[in-house]
Amino acid sequence: MSESVLSLENLVFRWPGQGTACLDIPAFQVQAGEQLFLQGESGSGKSTLLNLVAGVLTPAQGRILALGRDLGRLGGSARDRFRVDHVGLIFQQFNLIPYLSVLDNVLLPTRFSPRRRHRAGDPVRAAAALLGHLDLDEALWSRPALQLSVGQQQRVAAARALIGQPEIILADEPTSALDAARQTAFLDLLRQECAAARSALLFVSHDLRLSAGFSRSVALADLQRDTP
Amino acid sequence: MIHLLPLALKSAWNRRATLALTLVAVALAVALLLGVERLRQDARTGFAQAVSGTDLVVGARASPLQLMLYSVYRLGEPTATMDWASVEYLAGHPAVAWAIPLSLGDSHRGFPVVATNQAYFDHFRHGDGKSLSFSQGRPFASVFEAVLGAEVAGRLGYASGHAIVLNHGAGASLAVGHDDKPFTVVGILARTGTPVDRSVHISLEGMEAIHLDWQGGAPMAGLSIPAQHVTKFDLSPKSVTAVLVGLKSRAAVFSVQRQVEAYRGEPLSAVLPGVALARLWDLMATGEQVLRVMSGLVLAVSLAGLAAVVLASLNERRRELAILRSVGARPRDILALLTLEGLVLVVLGLGLGILLLFLLTWGATPWLQTHYGLAPESILLRGQELPWLGLVLAVGFLSSLLPAWRAYRLSLADGLTPRI
Repeated sequence: MSESVLSLENLVFRWPGQGTACLDIPAFQVQAGEQLFLQGESGSGKSTLLNLVAGVLTPAQGRILALGRDLGRLGGSARDRFRVDHVGLIFQQFNLIPYLSVLDNVLLPTRFSPRRRHRAGDPVRAAAALLGHLDLDEALWSRPALQLSVGQQQRVAAARALIGQPEIILADEPTSALDAARQTAFLDLLRQECAAARSALLFVSHDLRLSAGFSRSVALADLQRDTP
Repeated sequence: MIHLLPLALKSAWNRRATLALTLVAVALAVALLLGVERLRQDARTGFAQAVSGTDLVVGARASPLQLMLYSVYRLGEPTATMDWASVEYLAGHPAVAWAIPLSLGDSHRGFPVVATNQAYFDHFRHGDGKSLSFSQGRPFASVFEAVLGAEVAGRLGYASGHAIVLNHGAGASLAVGHDDKPFTVVGILARTGTPVDRSVHISLEGMEAIHLDWQGGAPMAGLSIPAQHVTKFDLSPKSVTAVLVGLKSRAAVFSVQRQVEAYRGEPLSAVLPGVALARLWDLMATGEQVLRVMSGLVLAVSLAGLAAVVLASLNERRRELAILRSVGARPRDILALLTLEGLVLVVLGLGLGILLLFLLTWGATPWLQTHYGLAPESILLRGQELPWLGLVLAVGFLSSLLPAWRAYRLSLADGLTPRI
C-alpha cells in the first residue's frame, strides 16, 4: 500500500496574465488509501491545486502523475474521463443538482462513468448503502436535494464522491458551512467511508483544528518552493 | 447522448414556468405557419374541385376570371346575360356532350339562387368525378319547386315541403322580394364541399315566372300576375347567365373554345376553368407570399425567443453545469445537454402547434364552408406539411445550438469552480 496515487513533480502553475506563479511545488505525493490533510489560507492556491489534480487545469511546467498517468499529457476529454473514473469531488457548498432527487444526485457519477458503474456493482444498492452509512434517513432519498439541510447535502455529496470507489477523493473545505459539532461528525463519517472504499482522501481546509484523525497533515505553504 | 435525456428533461421541468411561455410562442407560430399553408391549399383544391368535370364555362363576353367567379363560385354579380339561342347552339354542337345553363342573380337569405335544368343533376361533376346525389327528395319538376344545397338546408333548418321566398338580387336584404310566388322545397342535395352546397336551385321556368311582372330589376307598377296564372304565359327561358359545357373528348377543347368565341349570334367568352384558376392563383401569389414570409418571421421570432430564454438561464445554471462537470460530464456532454433541451422544447412546441392546428381546422370548418365553400381535405396531418415540420425542427435545432455553444464555452472556462 505504499504506491502513490498522486505525485506532483516540479509543478508550476500560473494564471494567464499573472507574473508570479500561483503554485510552484517541487515534489508532493499522496499514497494509496492515505488520508491527508492539506492546510492552506484562502487565496493560497488550494482550489487551483484541486482543479489541477482533478484535471480541469493543466500545469505550465512539471508533471502531475495520477495513478501513473501524466495528466498534463492527456487530452481534454481523456482528463474528463480520468476524473470521473478515478476522482470523487466534494466542495464547500452547492454540491448537488437542486432539481434531482438525493438518490439521483448520488448516482450521477455512475451515469457518466462505466467504470464507476461497474465497480459499484448494483449502483442503486451501493448508493443506498452509502447513504445509510452516512446517516441519511431513507425518507429523504427521493426528495429533491434542494429540500435538505446543508449538513445533509454535504453528506449526500460525500456519498456521491464515494460511489464506485474512486481511488482519490478530493474535498475542498466541505465542512466550512457546518457548525463545530457537525464538522467532527461529518469528518468521522467521511474518513470511515474513505477507508472502507480504500480511497485516498486529500482534504483541503484552512482550519488546522480539523486535522486530528488524519494520517498526515501538510501545509500548502511548506510545499511551495522557497522564493529567494 | 441518450443517458442525458432524463437529465435534460428534469432540468427543463425545473424551469417549466419560463419555458412554458416560450413553448406557447413556438406552438402558435407553428400553427400559424401550417394554417396559412393549409388555407392556401384548401382554397386551391376547393376551387379546382368545384369545376372538376367541366371543360368550358361559356358566358356573355367578360373577363374569364369574372365569368368563372360568378358562374361557378357564385361570388360577385353577373354583369351580362347570353341569349337562349346561344345555349341551343352550344347544346347542339357536335363536340359537346352536355351543356348546363345557369341563370343567376336572385338569392334566399344570403344564399345564391341558381336557375338551371335537369342537365345539372345529370351531368354536373365535382371532386374526383362525383355526380350530385340527393340526401332527401327529388329534382324539381314544376315551376315553383326548389332543390337546396346541403349547407342551405342545414343552416336554415329546411326540409322537404318547406315554403321559401326568394329575393331579387344578391345579399340578405329583405328590400324587394318575390313573396307573391313562394317555392316549395322538394329535394336536398348531399354535401359536396363545393359552392353547390350554398345554392338554392330552381328551374329556368321558375326564374322566368317570378320575373314575369318585373322589368329592369323592379316590379312593374300596377301589374301583378298571381302564381296560379303563370302557366298561361310562355315560361321558356329567354336568356341565361352562363353555360357549363362538357365535351365528348377533352382534346377538342381548344377548337370548341375558338368556335364559341367566334360565334356570330353574339359575343361570347369560353373559359377553360384550369387556365382561369391559374390566372387567379397568379394574382394571389404576391399576397400568399407575403403571408408566408410573415408566418416564417413569426416562427423565427419565436425560435429566437426560445434561444434567448435558454441563453438567459445559463448564468443561473453555471453552478449546475460545474457540478455536472465535476461528476464526469465532458464539455461536449454539456453541449449535448443544452442542445437536447432546446430540441425537446422545439419538438414539444411542434406537437402543441399541430394539436392547435387540428383544433383550429376542426373549429373553423363550418364557418369556412358557409362563407367560402371551402372544405378542408383533412383535419389530420398531410404529407405536404411534413417538409415544413422538418424545416421547423432544423431551424429549432440550429437555434438551440447557440445557447449550447455558450454553455460549452462557459463550462470550459469555469471548470469546477464557477466564478459567479
